[in-house]
Amino acid sequence: MGFIDIFSQQLVNGIVLGSFYALVALGYTMVFGVVKLLNFAHGDLYMVGGFAGFLILSFLSPFIGPGWFGVAVSMVFAMIAVGILGVVIERVAYAPMLSAPRLSILITALAVSLVLQNGMLTITKGQYVPFGSALGFGGVNLGSLFISYNQMILVGVSIALMAGLEIFVSRTQYGRAMRAVSVDKDMSRLLGINVNRVIAGTFFLGTGLAAAAGTMAGAYYGSLWYFMGFLIGLKAFTAAVIGGIGSIPGAMLGGLILGLLESFGTQLPGVGSEWKDVFSFSVLILVLVFKPTGLLGKPEQERM
Amino acid sequence: MTLLQVQGVSLSFAGSKVLQGVNFAVAEGAIASLIGPNGAGKTSLFNCITGFYKPQAGSIRLAGTETLRMKPHQVTRSGIARTFQNVRLFREMSVTENVMSGLHCRTSAGIIESILRLPGQQREETMIRDFAEECLTFVGITEGWDRDATTLPYGWQRRVEIARALATKPKLLLLDEPAAGLTSSEKEDLIGLIGRIRDQRGISVLLIEHDTGLVMRVSERISVLDHGVMIAEGAPKEIQANPKVIEAYLGVEDGEASLGL
Amino acid sequence: MPDTPIRPSAWGGLTTILDTPLKRQVAIAVILMAMIVAPLLFGQYATVILTNALLYVVLALGLNIVVGYAGLLDLGFAAFFAVGAYTVGIATLNFGLNFWLALPLAVFFAIIAGIIIGTPTLRLRSDYLAIVTLGFGEIVRLAARNLRETGGASGLSGIESPWLFGWHISTPLDFYYVFCVLAIIAVVVSVRLANSRLGRAWLYVRHDEDAAEAMGIDRVKVKLAAYVVGAVYGAIGGAFFAANLGAISPNSFSFQQSVLILMAVILGGMGKIPGVILGAFIVILAPELLRDFGDLRLFIFAVGLLLIMLFRPSGIWPAKSRTGARR
Ligand SMILES: Nc1ncnc2c1ncn2[C@@H]1O[C@H](COP(=O)(O)OP(=O)(O)OP(=O)(O)O)[C@@H](O)[C@H]1O
Ligand SMILES: [Mg+2]
Repeated sequence: MGFIDIFSQQLVNGIVLGSFYALVALGYTMVFGVVKLLNFAHGDLYMVGGFAGFLILSFLSPFIGPGWFGVAVSMVFAMIAVGILGVVIERVAYAPMLSAPRLSILITALAVSLVLQNGMLTITKGQYVPFGSALGFGGVNLGSLFISYNQMILVGVSIALMAGLEIFVSRTQYGRAMRAVSVDKDMSRLLGINVNRVIAGTFFLGTGLAAAAGTMAGAYYGSLWYFMGFLIGLKAFTAAVIGGIGSIPGAMLGGLILGLLESFGTQLPGVGSEWKDVFSFSVLILVLVFKPTGLLGKPEQERM
Repeated sequence: MTLLQVQGVSLSFAGSKVLQGVNFAVAEGAIASLIGPNGAGKTSLFNCITGFYKPQAGSIRLAGTETLRMKPHQVTRSGIARTFQNVRLFREMSVTENVMSGLHCRTSAGIIESILRLPGQQREETMIRDFAEECLTFVGITEGWDRDATTLPYGWQRRVEIARALATKPKLLLLDEPAAGLTSSEKEDLIGLIGRIRDQRGISVLLIEHDTGLVMRVSERISVLDHGVMIAEGAPKEIQANPKVIEAYLGVEDGEASLGL
Repeated sequence: MPDTPIRPSAWGGLTTILDTPLKRQVAIAVILMAMIVAPLLFGQYATVILTNALLYVVLALGLNIVVGYAGLLDLGFAAFFAVGAYTVGIATLNFGLNFWLALPLAVFFAIIAGIIIGTPTLRLRSDYLAIVTLGFGEIVRLAARNLRETGGASGLSGIESPWLFGWHISTPLDFYYVFCVLAIIAVVVSVRLANSRLGRAWLYVRHDEDAAEAMGIDRVKVKLAAYVVGAVYGAIGGAFFAANLGAISPNSFSFQQSVLILMAVILGGMGKIPGVILGAFIVILAPELLRDFGDLRLFIFAVGLLLIMLFRPSGIWPAKSRTGARR
């Protein structure tokens, strides 16, 4: 393969990977924007989303088939179910903590993450679970470059979801309320915004997107694992930081950049695929050192 | 001689101008006050002086040294101590320990000395405790040193905060509304304390205060800030008679009454 | 004025029970006796478990300085544990160094690693440290797995057990006593640091960063000190761990390991030394008791952690002398 082929193949891989990262990063960033909480459990909700999609698909596939249509329908149900789980977690574990010291909230979020992870470990006995979708292997050849239909659908769905979110946040009343709450919670309350409902909505949306990514990842890669949320949680956070934490377009951009960085980074001499993750975490640390506000984030003067 | 020199300080947050080209000075050995209506930018100016906010323009010098680029802890080290408008003592720590925090920047024992309990470190610990207790006694708190500081009555907490600031051995002490929430007898004590801080310790004092009666009595110079602009500066008598000041206050409430005329 | 004396203390509620020097000395003597005779009473299997528990006491006390004192969430503590273990492994196997020379080297590398990770992140919001340390933990584990020098996925083996003045520290019982000494040193150092200028600074910064800065405390420097001291504890634990087992592999330094150490700190009660010790014993002994539960045991721990955070954030160990102040 020539240089151009490798380049374009990695470009496609990077975009596919990047759309997963972006979807998960969005939830991270939205929740952070509104409640200033690093939801460690976010990656695990992606994992739970994958399993939820799998369960729903295994019920529905006799009726709607295990192809992309079946996966898409399961994905929607999984988004709703896991979105509700996200809201429940917020109500039960985070809401009582929001005025507690930051350390306590962080540990609580970690605890939620561990409960989800180890709960799934117990249920699946630590085994990989085949997703049970049948997606076909077709695709288009552009010269020596092969792009599968699966990759196209996956990226297309991700873009559609992100566009939907962007429209929701920028055009609707609810989206405006979300932005107001992220700027100043007390002021929003004074202006008559139901802050608790906005927070619940944010968790629902953020978690739902993670669940969508989880279901698609399950369908695309073909199997699920209780620990699959750990790495992607870290990566999504990295993506959110690259883009500027709290910024929705930033999360999309950051996801894409990280996906591309990873797929091209592994082509660098000395950075084989076994160093891929080390590479991304190093990127995270470098970004934090040199541009902690990220590409699209705004520096803020903390109120005294 | 000028101790603190603020020149052309401008500060804005996301477009809203909080301070606009503020010029201001405190002479060595002075007791000065900064007054102005709510939201005028007084606390923000304190935050600029102490390094918490970074103004977009201007210069702030303490005894000739530029402090604008310093971090808050460096400003404290160089000799400016402060209290907070809403008392901020350390929770879950005793009164003495709260005051001991002020000596951190005047002492040096590190990890190794502390682990080995070297004689120098032991001496330093005793010195820290003694000086903290001396500061507490100075502000008039002679009991309850072992109590959690945040469980003290409010007026006491304010004084612990002053003791804590004094423990940093400052040249200039900034007090943000020290009389807020005090009873009238506590206010009398405060006036006495501010005088003693300057007379016995040689520390210059700058206070922000809404109680104009107290301000007129305690301060030698008064500066008036309104909407981020310094509108007047002078001796108490001059300020009381200044029409611009009266108007600034009239704009918000009964100006003459609040100026104690 | 209600008289509610509050003496913040690293000892938690113990100070009210052991209020005289005599009581304290008796308590210490009893604990020392118990430590000496325990392995003779319970047999070899229990000795190995107890040794492991003591290792966790050391690690948890180290992490307690970071989390319990300075209030920083470190999710990659196992990385320092790994740095200590691998330094000893490589230095003794590849460079023929003696264990006692490798040990300061391990401490040195842990300090360097702590400074490299801590300096950029500690300037930022505390949340960032949590996630960066998580990433750092993974970097170290992956590096250990991918590098030739660290023996890849199978790790290093054949690390020789050390000699000390003619005593060959080799049997499980030998190592039990070595870890007893380490744990005691860890406790003493923790207590001394807690009652020092730096120890107080950790608490100031943890309770109110702005007020601490206003008092002239360099919060970045102070946090870095906590992070680095924690790193040294981890590295020393790791060094002796490697010497004890004679073999190490990347699996011992996973995220789960970091979480387990963190649980030891939080379950018992962060910031309180007896609480942390209790936590270390719970984390090591409970799996022995819950052996039949298999994977469920981690789940039980996780639920326990969540319940603790929601209902008793100060941990299991009572904090009599400080109640009222805690929420
Ligand atoms: N970190 C910040 N971000 C945005 N706006 C700020 C910030 N700090 C202060 N302000 C704004 O600056 C203005 C001046 O506030 P400041 O607290 O300095 O007033 P003040 O004179 O101390 O008032 P008061 O007498 O009520 O204490 C206010 O409008 C406030 O909202
Ligand atoms: Mg103010």
